[in-house]
Amino acid sequence: MERAVVRMAHEILEQNKEIPDLALVGIQRGGVILANRLWKAIEAISKTKLPLGTLDINLYRDDLTRVAEQPVIRKTDIHFPIDNKIVILVDDVLYTGRTIRSALDALIDFGRPKRMELAVLVDRGHRELPIRADFVGKNIPTSEKELVHVRFTESDGKDEVIVK
Amino acid sequence: MTEIRSQKSEDREKKKGWVRKDLLSIEELSKEEIELVLNTADSFKEVSARDVKKVPALRGKTIANLFFESSTRTRTSFEIAAKRLSADIINFSSSGSSASKGESLKDTAKNIEAMHVDTIVMRHPSSGSAEYLSKCVKAGVVNAGDGIHEHPTQGLLDLFTIRERKKTLEGVRVCLVGDILHSRVARSNIWGLKKMGARVTVCGPPTLIPAKIEELGVEVSYDLDKIIQEQDVLNILRIQLERQRGAFFPSIREYAAEYGISKERLRKAKPDVIIMHPGPINRGVELSSEVADGAHSVILDQVTNGVAIRMAVLFLTTAMDK
Repeated sequence: MERAVVRMAHEILEQNKEIPDLALVGIQRGGVILANRLWKAIEAISKTKLPLGTLDINLYRDDLTRVAEQPVIRKTDIHFPIDNKIVILVDDVLYTGRTIRSALDALIDFGRPKRMELAVLVDRGHRELPIRADFVGKNIPTSEKELVHVRFTESDGKDEVIVK
Repeated sequence: MTEIRSQKSEDREKKKGWVRKDLLSIEELSKEEIELVLNTADSFKEVSARDVKKVPALRGKTIANLFFESSTRTRTSFEIAAKRLSADIINFSSSGSSASKGESLKDTAKNIEAMHVDTIVMRHPSSGSAEYLSKCVKAGVVNAGDGIHEHPTQGLLDLFTIRERKKTLEGVRVCLVGDILHSRVARSNIWGLKKMGARVTVCGPPTLIPAKIEELGVEVSYDLDKIIQEQDVLNILRIQLERQRGAFFPSIREYAAEYGISKERLRKAKPDVIIMHPGPINRGVELSSEVADGAHSVILDQVTNGVAIRMAVLFLTTAMDK
């Protein structure tokens, strides 16, 4: 996993020459950990400390009234102005694309970024919306019946991706 | 995890979460439910600090404010909370409505519900009216104060404010000062604080302390100067001048001398004591102006936090289909 993170950090820097304009925003909860890792990798490569934020998308979901139980609302913390920034949205798994749709709506309430890009550790396919990732750690073809879990040392004691 | 389908199953594994359609009292809540409301409010507090103070969580939902007693602060707070969640909110007040023409509470509520309202926020002078209403309607009911019974959102915002300042509620020493007898705020505070592990003292004139209040697990004192130095929090209740002038204590001046918080009395308290008040303040009676506006006062934080707590409560009771 660490190799994938470092490679993604290199790709982000390669495709965005305007480093001072970059900012990372991780989506709760896996995306927050991944965004932290990318932040450290980018700091190691370019010696710059990018602005780093966290985003909870639950209030922007399109299925709030349909879920069986209330989602836990976690912290949104974007303490820097996102106007004219290149915001890299970070999440662990890209699946239907509905989380990302919610995240785009949520971020636009904070301002008008110059550009938004998407970095995910795992793309498992089965999109339900016209959304794609700009930076992908690994493409893992799955069936819709399978569950994909990304575990991190920070939250689960070790780095692994589980498909079951 | 962050992806929508797997998140659902993960949250289910963890715990039950919120399953109530109503918030009627703090007495009925578990410690875990109280924590869930406080943590949700913590996340919502950030929304009010944004330039765009609105999230679409309750878009398309309708909430009715049904107030049979006058209130500016609580009604406005619920109204702002609903609007920040994108719900539509309508206000009914008793004066000028059909309640003044003799319509029963049940009929009023049934009529509001027939307009497909999702949640009714009600304040009413009769204790137990919120629970009665919740049995009459399928809509959610949020108690915004029922008689001298409870005022749960005020209790929750007080817990939130104490936790924010003292970092915990466990073991914190809180003294409720003043009219405990007529105070629904006191009752909601006592239930919530006890469940969260705080140590509670009530202090006031003997005529305003209900008999057998010790059975709720609180300590009782009639001498504020004797206990003030042990307290982390002084929650000063309003003397309800309209209800009791002259009947429960000799004079306003004597009350202020015995139980009012003046600059001089505050010197006896801990240096980091916080002063709370549910408002509206009778300046010069319960609190001197220097104290109300002083460094220990968190009264306006309570108002700010009230919006976050009411957003959390409206979200938890309204978001899911009933």
